[in-house]
Parts: sequence; structure tokens; C-alpha cells
Amino acid sequence: MKSLIFKEIDDLIIGSLGIVAFISFFVGGVVAIQTALNLTNPLIPKYLIGFATRQSVILEFAPTFISVIMAGKMGSFITSSIGTMRVTEQIDALEVMGVNALNYLVFPKIIALLLYPFLIGIAMFLGILGGWMAGVYGGFISSQEFINGTQMDFIPFHVIYAFIKTLIFAMLLATIPSFHGYYMKGGALEVGKASTVSFVWTSVSIILFNYILTQLLLGS
Amino acid sequence: MIEVKNIEKSFGENKILKGISTVFETGKTNLIIGQSGSGKTVLLKSLLGIHTPESGTIEFDGRIYSELGADEKRDLRTEIGMVFQGSALFDSMTVAENVGFPLRMFTKDNKAKIKERVDFVLERVALKDAHHKLPSEISGGMQKRVAIARAIVNRPKYLFCDEPNSGLDPNTSTLIDNLIKEITEEYDITTVINTHDMNSVMEIGDNILFLKDGLKAWQGTKEEIFKTDNEAVVAFVYSSNLFRKVREAYLKG
Repeated sequence: MKSLIFKEIDDLIIGSLGIVAFISFFVGGVVAIQTALNLTNPLIPKYLIGFATRQSVILEFAPTFISVIMAGKMGSFITSSIGTMRVTEQIDALEVMGVNALNYLVFPKIIALLLYPFLIGIAMFLGILGGWMAGVYGGFISSQEFINGTQMDFIPFHVIYAFIKTLIFAMLLATIPSFHGYYMKGGALEVGKASTVSFVWTSVSIILFNYILTQLLLGS
Repeated sequence: MIEVKNIEKSFGENKILKGISTVFETGKTNLIIGQSGSGKTVLLKSLLGIHTPESGTIEFDGRIYSELGADEKRDLRTEIGMVFQGSALFDSMTVAENVGFPLRMFTKDNKAKIKERVDFVLERVALKDAHHKLPSEISGGMQKRVAIARAIVNRPKYLFCDEPNSGLDPNTSTLIDNLIKEITEEYDITTVINTHDMNSVMEIGDNILFLKDGLKAWQGTKEEIFKTDNEAVVAFVYSSNLFRKVREAYLKG
């Protein structure tokens, strides 16, 4: 089981580092540029670019937007790999041997995705770094102003809120695609369909839970 | 020995098994034959516990499957080896890892002991040089042999094979048939094979069960199948010219 968990960590977490880093860095940059271009009133201080980038990235972009992307990347991988095992009778083989196939296949994924907040932490850091680079090297703001903005009115609970969301999303990312893969019926075409349906349901669940958790944790 | 008593299984309105009773003997290759849709696969999956029959019992050497507790069922499953139609090897594991999988899951053997056993069974199926290959890197016939090695690695009492020859050339089919037969006799296993392959029937059919429309239509040995005048069996087994001529030659002595 230990080796299975490490394999899942490698496939799901380490294997997603590259795409998460790439998207976070550039989207953080775009958020900074968009904010800068919309601050046309000279009375509005420029450090708001840093403030807006920090808030957007920590509150929504890193936990929610990246999770929706991961619903596509990790979710499709989980559904198609389990679905292919179903189609090729590998799950039947596990059951005939007396192995609890559901536990054997899904439990390591749930444990591996407990490290998902680590991925989102990196997304937060790189998103803000991307915003800083785009703002400073694009000539929109000085480095000191951006840093001041990122430190202004910082509420530590916002980070906790983001990580609570992340853990809930991690469970959705592990379980919904596994369900669609494990209980699929048919052949190769149905594996593709199951992956698509799994992506849709995982994304919808993430967006709904995002709304509910935001209302519960920040709204009251 | 596996004794099946009057089992019935339906899917919705569709009754697939209509009260089948039979005995699969130890140390013999027991074949289930019949047309597509006759209930062969459902019978095999019922024996494996994948399907639960609505009525009737399945006894494994006196142990009635439906009356066993969860732990006893799990123990019984470790006594079962299965060769799936498509081999069902785990894609992400090498040949040696696939074969050693049941030992890693169900025994407390150390790595050296597992390796020794894996080496032994892979040599038994003539695949001693394929240890580090992935299933995708070996031929269909080799995959079947790996599946047989995996099925016997834990010294099963019962071996089930679902169409072990499908998709294989005649030479490889014969090789697989003979391998299953040898292993059955060597380890005194109760082997049940679901097949469409009439060569297998002629080669290794110690005990042949012919199903038709969910019922047992005939049962006998490969010698008896040449002599039978059961219309359903004759129409199914001797539908090709080749087998009709083989039968005529056999009957003429």
C-alpha cells in the first residue's frame, strides 16, 4: 500500500507541478496587468495592484481556479485509469483474488491528495510572484509599492479559508472521478465519456462547494 | 471438487441460468461449452462469486459458498486462480510484479521467497526471460502464460479460465491448452474452462458441460462427445466440415 501511495503522489501531485506552476505564474501576471490597466484614477494608490493580486490569487485563483483545472487533469487521469482497469477486467481480477478493489484503488488517491494543499501553496506563491514580475518589469508599479500592497490589510484567516477549501476540493478530486471510473460500464468509448462526465461533475461540485464554503467561512 | 446444485440467475426479466446442476471434478479439466448467450460466462462468474445466484448452491469441497462468512469467503478466494479472457494483467506492473501480486497481498513471505516462487512459476510457463517486461511489451500468447502463472502462483485449489484461447493462433492455443492440462494434473487442481474452441474440447476435455438456453443440455467426456447423438451437441460441435470428418474417422476407428 505504501508504494501505491507514493506512486499516486508522483502521478497526481508531482506530475501536476509543472502545469500548476506555469498557469499560476502567468495568470498572476495577467491579474496584476489587468488591475493596473483599470486603475485610471490618479487618486487610487498603485499598491492596490499588489493588494488585488494577493487577494485574487489567495482567495479564489489558487484554490478554486486551479482545482477546476485539476478536475480536468487529475480527474480525467483517475477516471480513465480506473475505467480502463474496469474495461480490461483488471478490477474483476482484483475482486476474484479477494482484494477489496475499491479500497485498493481509491484509498491511495485520497491519501495522496492530502498533499494537494502543498500544490495550492505553490500556486499562491507563484501567482503573486508572477504578478510582481508583470507589474514591476511591465513598468506598472515599483517593487516596493507592490510588496506594500501584498502586505496591506492582510488577514491570516483568508489563507486558512483557502486551505480549508483546498482540502475539501482534494476530496472531491479523489472521489468523484474514482466513482465514475469504478462504476462505468462498456468499452473504450465509454471510458472517454466517463472522463468527460467526471470532469463536468467534479467542476460543478467544486463551484458549488466553493459558494457554500465561502458563505459559511467568510459570510457570517 | 465443485458441486453446483440447481442454480438460477436472472438479469431483470431475462432468466440466464435455469436450474443447472453439475459436478466439476478435481484433477480434471472441466469444460463449459455452448453458444453465445447460453449462460457460460454467467455460470463461470457465479462460480467465482462475481454474480450471486437467486437460488441453488455452489459447494467448494463441501463448503457452501452462500453460507460462508466474509472471512471464510476471503479465504476461499485465495484458493482460486483465474485466467481472464483478455489476461487482465495489471498494466503498470512488470511481468514479475504481476505474478508476485497475490503473494504480496495474501502471504507474509519475504521478498526473497516471493522472488523464488515467481521465478519458479515463470519457468513453469516457459517465460523465465520476461521478468522485467511490461504486459504491453509481450505477445498475446505470452500474456496468457503470465496470466496462468499469476493464477497458479498462490497454489490454488481451483483454477478458472475464461476463453483462454481467444485471439491466439492454433499453435499457441494448443500450447496454452496443454499447459493448463499439465498444471491441473500436476497440482491436482479443479479446473473449469469456459471455451468456444473445439480444439480444446478434443484435446483436453476430461469433463464437458454443454449449456443451451441456460440449461444443462449434455455432459460427458471428449470420447463420449464423439459418440453422442444429442442433436444440440452434434449441431454445435460438428458444425464445421473438419470436425464432422474428425468425428466420422473416430467412429470408424
